Amino acid sequence: MTTAAPDPKSSRSNPQPNPPQPNYVAKRKEQSKFEKFMARLPVHVAVIGIALLWTLPTFGLFISSFRPPDALTSSGWWTVFANPFEFTQFTLSNYQDVLAQGMGQAFLNSLVISVPATVIPIAIATFAAYALAWMDFPGRQTIFIITVGLLVVPLQMTLIPILRTYNVLGISSTFLAVWLAHAAYGLPLGVYLLRNYIGSLPRDLIEAAAVDGASYLNVFTRIIVPLSMPAIASFAVFQFLWVWNDLLVALVYLGGNQDVAPVTLVLRNIVGDRGQDWFLLTSGAFISMLVPMAVFFALQRYFVRGLLAGSVKG
Amino acid sequence: MFFFLQWPLRVAQPAKKLALGLCIALPLYSCSQPSSETPESATETTGSASGGTVTVLGVIVGEQQAKLEAAFAPFEEETGIEVRYEGTDAFTTLLPVRVDSGDAPDIAMFPQPGLMRSLAEEGALVPVTEVLTRSELEAYYPDSWIELSTVNEQIYGIWYRSAVKSLVWYNPKEFAKAGYETPETWDELIALSDQIVADGSNPWCLGLESGNASGWPGTDWVEDIVLHTAGPEFYDQWVQHEVPFNAPEIQTAFEYFGEIAKTPDYLYGGKAGALSIPWGDSITGLFTATPECYMQKQGNFISNFFPADVVIGEDVDFFPTPVINPEYENALLVAGDIFSILNDTPEARKLMAYLATPTPHEVWAAQGGLLSANKQVDLSVYPDELSRKQAELLTTAEVVQFDASDAMPGAVGTGTFWSGMMDFVAGASTEDVTDKIEFYWPEENTEDSTEAPK
Amino acid sequence: MNSNLSLILRALLAIFIGSAGVIGIFYALNILVEKLLPERTRVKVLPWIYVGPAVLLLSAYLVLPTIRTFYLSFFGNSSEEFVGLKNYIFVLTAPDTLITFRNNLLWLVLVTGISVSLGLVIAVLIDRVKYESIAKSLIFLPMAISFVGASVIWRFIYAYRPAEAEQIGVLNAIVTGLGFEPVGWLVNPAINNFALIAIMIWLQTGFCMVLLSSAVKGVPNDVLEAARVDGANEIQIFRRIIVPMIMPTVLVVSTTVVVLVLKVFDIVFVMTGGNLGTDVIASRMIREMFNFRNYGRGSAIAVILLIAVIPVMVANIRRFRQQEQNR
Repeated sequence: MTTAAPDPKSSRSNPQPNPPQPNYVAKRKEQSKFEKFMARLPVHVAVIGIALLWTLPTFGLFISSFRPPDALTSSGWWTVFANPFEFTQFTLSNYQDVLAQGMGQAFLNSLVISVPATVIPIAIATFAAYALAWMDFPGRQTIFIITVGLLVVPLQMTLIPILRTYNVLGISSTFLAVWLAHAAYGLPLGVYLLRNYIGSLPRDLIEAAAVDGASYLNVFTRIIVPLSMPAIASFAVFQFLWVWNDLLVALVYLGGNQDVAPVTLVLRNIVGDRGQDWFLLTSGAFISMLVPMAVFFALQRYFVRGLLAGSVKG
Repeated sequence: MFFFLQWPLRVAQPAKKLALGLCIALPLYSCSQPSSETPESATETTGSASGGTVTVLGVIVGEQQAKLEAAFAPFEEETGIEVRYEGTDAFTTLLPVRVDSGDAPDIAMFPQPGLMRSLAEEGALVPVTEVLTRSELEAYYPDSWIELSTVNEQIYGIWYRSAVKSLVWYNPKEFAKAGYETPETWDELIALSDQIVADGSNPWCLGLESGNASGWPGTDWVEDIVLHTAGPEFYDQWVQHEVPFNAPEIQTAFEYFGEIAKTPDYLYGGKAGALSIPWGDSITGLFTATPECYMQKQGNFISNFFPADVVIGEDVDFFPTPVINPEYENALLVAGDIFSILNDTPEARKLMAYLATPTPHEVWAAQGGLLSANKQVDLSVYPDELSRKQAELLTTAEVVQFDASDAMPGAVGTGTFWSGMMDFVAGASTEDVTDKIEFYWPEENTEDSTEAPK
Repeated sequence: MNSNLSLILRALLAIFIGSAGVIGIFYALNILVEKLLPERTRVKVLPWIYVGPAVLLLSAYLVLPTIRTFYLSFFGNSSEEFVGLKNYIFVLTAPDTLITFRNNLLWLVLVTGISVSLGLVIAVLIDRVKYESIAKSLIFLPMAISFVGASVIWRFIYAYRPAEAEQIGVLNAIVTGLGFEPVGWLVNPAINNFALIAIMIWLQTGFCMVLLSSAVKGVPNDVLEAARVDGANEIQIFRRIIVPMIMPTVLVVSTTVVVLVLKVFDIVFVMTGGNLGTDVIASRMIREMFNFRNYGRGSAIAVILLIAVIPVMVANIRRFRQQEQNR
């Protein structure tokens, strides 16, 4: 019998191989594989079931985006499966119409707005979270409590006074105005998530580094940031998503200027002032969704890797 | 993103210093630049182009925007002034925000006069009489329309795209097949509806769903009935809250509407259908193989929602709202976009003068989708006969009233009145609905409650 | 082509400037402090440099407007006359707003309860399957869709057509397929709130799942294995080991969801406009402030919202104090 200490990585690996045995042992092995599968079956059913249930609504939209407008209001999207290969019931016109109405520029604008509006609050929140969690200074509790409380402030309340200030400063309708606004609106959540995570990092690691003579900044860049990547990645995804899909902030701070309008604004205008082209939203929503999903996929590995499995509690 | 700070020291130090320098200098530099190569949306009164510029903010977006810009083109060619139009469907949110923050456009295209009225009372608008005299205006527009754009004895706007709402749409082919005749009085209308029910179908399509504006088609019904039963003077008093919302005349109007909305089998889909079916979808009921319904009362803009294969004039036609009180026989319930000047510049004045002439109306009307109340517009430019009929109604009506829910204070017109109609169709009584709307009417209705606090 | 290229280049430049700028400023300030100040003042000043930008931004964009809102709530609708508590009294007694309070309570309990528990259960289960990445992405997908798109999606699900017509909404198609009359999901007062709540659960579960999943992965495998060897079954492991160990994250997630639910307004605003008994506090506030221009009343509602979140803050403070003590 091997006596290796339990190896975290292999805890779910197969049992140790036995020396060759007569058939009945082999049968037992097969059974145990089957048993394992049966034991896992409920898990598979649950996960697949929920995943499908969650995807069904979106799938409906996806099918609908390929149907002509008249069909949309007269029959359900699932009816396409009655004749799945009859291609006349499908059309690309929804996509063509949306793309023809200035989406290229809108995409660029959305990117220009979203990327800094994600990076800036991450930077500010991480520094602030570190200070709130590990540095001692007067007022740290109060600042944190107020920040959490600000989570509930509806941003609509701040629109007019901020816009007025922007006009005075002369920066309204610039991207900087929107970046700063999004950064500020995202900070409460960011500080909350990050402070919580950073605060639960093991004290010994940090103190050990300090003893070694590292400055605060070094501790920050070499220890805190790499270890907090799951939390940073989570916040990055949420913030990017929120900014990419935002309509109101862009509308108010950028105005109606179509040249700097992001995708959300352009989509809304495409629908027409009486909503007559609402079916264009079916394709528009999908086109707009591609980028956030790409961001989510790209940052997936940070969600998966538990960098400190074992030493971080929650 | 912090990883670059961990490069080996020899490379890092100078690189870091350079990056540092850039990182500080560039944002400061970019602060002073506008965001893209297009100019700020602030007004420019000194144009660098040959004739100057005018900024316009309006609700027209999408396909219609191209038509609007085509309508501006002759002006631009003739005067060399550039018209910079911005369209947004959040106009009623955006314009006050821009006015409040000091960044108003030169000219605004209001989708309804309520907001125009409030801004006029605040003194934010320039009267049209600075550009055209009253008699010049009268050459272009009927008196009834000029009255609609008047606030405190001053004329503030020029009407552009208009809509007529006192129409009942029907399918002439189906009517002929079943042997029905278009009714001229309310009693005939009810008799026809009963007949259709007896023949096994539903007479009316009613779709109230419209997202957060759900219920507005119901308000159009009630307003039209109020106009046709109590007359234009009472209508004005109603809008100005000189009579309470639960006045007997209003309750009577609700009862009339209730005859349509609450009689069993009158509505296709019953009350659940009326409440859930989007207003744009409900018109298709006129054109199904077996008609789902035979009539729908809706404004002329519903033509945007006709199925593609509908032939105007053959498959669809309209008759005006039937007479209830013969005294108010030809009253029309209308809506429209109205242009108004916010910043008094010479270029803006020239554009306003141009907008009163028939040219911009004819350019868009010819492409379809615009009705104008301008008397001098040549009726032959309209692309189909129905539009011509509707334009004629608009330009010859003696009694014209604007959609009340657009003119009432926002809390009522875009709030309790809309949701009240939903409640009414869902089963609430006339007293309950009108009492509630009256209860929630803002107290400071005479004082202007539209100015944002400083 | 040239102008397209220059557009892209400008975009890239803007992105770079925007992103790197802030980091550069932090770094620069840090260097300055370390080089210029003696040790003692350095320790005092440095935290403020780290926390400074956050405090500045939050004050300017959130704190000051909140104070202003609080101030305005005591004034009339055009903010010119002082009315004391009149706005609050109106809000707390008018039947329409009372309905919104009831609705919000319903939302709070259902959305938080279901989203968090479902997110937790999914996080635990998904940890054990090989196609974890795909499943996670599918459940997270709703969050990536802008709300405009989501409203169209759910329009297709809740659509109502009369019984004799063909159904275009999924739910009514199932209902009529089973032989019943179609249901007005959004207009029937008995169920329309639940219909809207379902939308938010659909949206929020992905959020909870993502955060809880990282926490679940942080539970050390040896502890789990030891429990299994001791004979515990999976459910016991879940209840006695996993849940307690990730409780802090569960609290963070719950707090965030509670706050998001209190703030919910798009869903209600776009799908029903608050009609037929579906209105919620934040939607009412937006309508009062922006559509009706009642600044006094809208501000009063906003302040009530803020007050509603105090218990949540208190719970968090307690927990953080505990966390500090345990370190």
